Amino acid sequence: MTSAPAPKPLSKAARPAAGISGRAPLSRLGAIALLAFGGLLTLLPFYFMFIFATHPRQEIFSIPPPVWFGDHLGANYDSLLSRIPFWRNLWNSLYLSVLTTGTTLFFCSLGGFAFAMYDFKGKNFLFGSLLTTLLIPSSLNIVPYALIMQALGWIDTPRALWIPGMASAFGIFLMRQYIGSAIPKELVEAARIDGASEFTTYRKVIVPLTGPAMATLGLVTFVQSWNNFLGPLIIFRSAETYTAPLALRTLQSIANTDWGALMCGVVLTVIPLLIIFAFASKRLIEGLTAGAVKG
Amino acid sequence: MTVIPTKPPTRRTSAGGWDNFQRRYAPYIFISPFFVLFLIFGLFPIIFNAYLAFHQWTPGTGLGEMKFVGFRNFADNWTDPTFWQSLRNTAALAVESGLPQHLIAIPLAFAIHTGLKKAQHLITAVYFLPYITSVVAISVIFFTLLSWQYGVINAILGALHQLPLIGGLFPGEKVNWLGEKSLVQPSIAAVIVWRYVGWNMLLYLSGLQAIPGELYEAAAIDGATKSQQLRYITLPLLRPTIFLAVTLSLIGGFQLFEEPFILTNGTGGTSGAGLTTIMYMLRTYVSYTEAGLAAAMAWMLFVVIGILTVVNNLLFGRSGLAGNEGRR
Repeated sequence: MTSAPAPKPLSKAARPAAGISGRAPLSRLGAIALLAFGGLLTLLPFYFMFIFATHPRQEIFSIPPPVWFGDHLGANYDSLLSRIPFWRNLWNSLYLSVLTTGTTLFFCSLGGFAFAMYDFKGKNFLFGSLLTTLLIPSSLNIVPYALIMQALGWIDTPRALWIPGMASAFGIFLMRQYIGSAIPKELVEAARIDGASEFTTYRKVIVPLTGPAMATLGLVTFVQSWNNFLGPLIIFRSAETYTAPLALRTLQSIANTDWGALMCGVVLTVIPLLIIFAFASKRLIEGLTAGAVKG
Repeated sequence: MTVIPTKPPTRRTSAGGWDNFQRRYAPYIFISPFFVLFLIFGLFPIIFNAYLAFHQWTPGTGLGEMKFVGFRNFADNWTDPTFWQSLRNTAALAVESGLPQHLIAIPLAFAIHTGLKKAQHLITAVYFLPYITSVVAISVIFFTLLSWQYGVINAILGALHQLPLIGGLFPGEKVNWLGEKSLVQPSIAAVIVWRYVGWNMLLYLSGLQAIPGELYEAAAIDGATKSQQLRYITLPLLRPTIFLAVTLSLIGGFQLFEEPFILTNGTGGTSGAGLTTIMYMLRTYVSYTEAGLAAAMAWMLFVVIGILTVVNNLLFGRSGLAGNEGRR
């Protein structure tokens, strides 16, 4: 990032502008400017998140606001830990996300395998109803969900969240599409002729070949579970069982919010996702938008 | 937009007892977890919610205390001004956040599609970042940025106000974004726009990329100008994508909860300007312990969403989501 490359695109754009087709590069330059401006607006709040995590409250709210890192990160961190059991909360989030993701991968790949590779009575009807469940607005579920969990005595326990989340219609759909298009039926037939049971076929033939779809579904499920707010809000009632987002929110509602500590917690909660995103953004984006396009 | 092939003919070799049995019932066992979970945690709650809507009941008092009240819960909600206010807020927020999302996302998608296919991945990743960040984190960040006396946004606007010529475009006084009644909704909407623009952009980008390039070549040969190509090829072929994106914004927008809840600290903001219907429903259930009223409210919102979806379908849709289903 030196200053040298800066004039280059300009001269590049200027040259054809004088020549035959002047419009295309100019519109390209406009496109770059538009996207860069939008990208800046998108990233700026993240930048301030990191900056604020290193400043005490009075500096965050001063004029002009801080635009560079301060030296208060350690103090903010100590303050955070004195207010909430933050690592415990982060562990709760992780526990919930990992369990949900693991079970979802297992049950959805199994279901997807069945819908992709078998012909059975009622298959079309069952698959149709599976897709229909995607159209039900979740708001209809909120109150009875809370009541059912109360009746089951599952309030304040993680299973109230991961057990209902073990298999998703979207996951089965994604898996079925992938297995149907990527794995030839002959492979399954061959396993059967070799005497493998249906579950062995799933374990030995299907699972090793569904890596990419598993990765996509796993990432999507993990991120959604990690960020889930409404579900934990209904279920968890104590500082010890709170997931990280919930715990951070309790910091905010205390009258004299320590914004530095809060920002420090926010950063620590966001960082795991940023790391995942840095390594697997393509797959994650694919999966999340597939959810919409298919949903 | 092809139809998913469902039944390629397969011949099954018949084998002996157990083998045949496990082969026959394996698919049912494999798909059963989803359906069992759905019956318990998906379908049953909805039926229970319908039952609840016709009863008066305070949660925690035991099922025996449930009292049948007919349509009274619906009538009570119907005459409750706060319910209508929450519905108006929700509708206003859906429009204020929904419309800009698409009006910004479409040009951005065009910009990538026309000039920057090589950097496409990096750009979409940047724009997608807000979508994968938790709402709590986002709301906390924006809460500080939008703060009245010392917020970064007011500081930037103040600096811009000092500029010659264009300075007049920006407010000279500090704006109370989350405190002023008339500004609560636009502020919440702005945060939602910021969060979902990248997501919509990606939908539109994949819609644009699904349009075959030969169509443009053929049109260019026939002498169609760029704007004619936009008018007669791009927009008509992008219609299913627009329909899909608008439908999703509509359904999501009317169930808005997390952003306004956290940005207004759960209160709904100054004189309830940021109180959405889901927020009000939850308050009815948790704070007022009126489970029946809350259940009826959920169904009333469901009807509103249903009507809007149908209207949207009549206006823009062909066969709804099914048209997009086979794309991959």
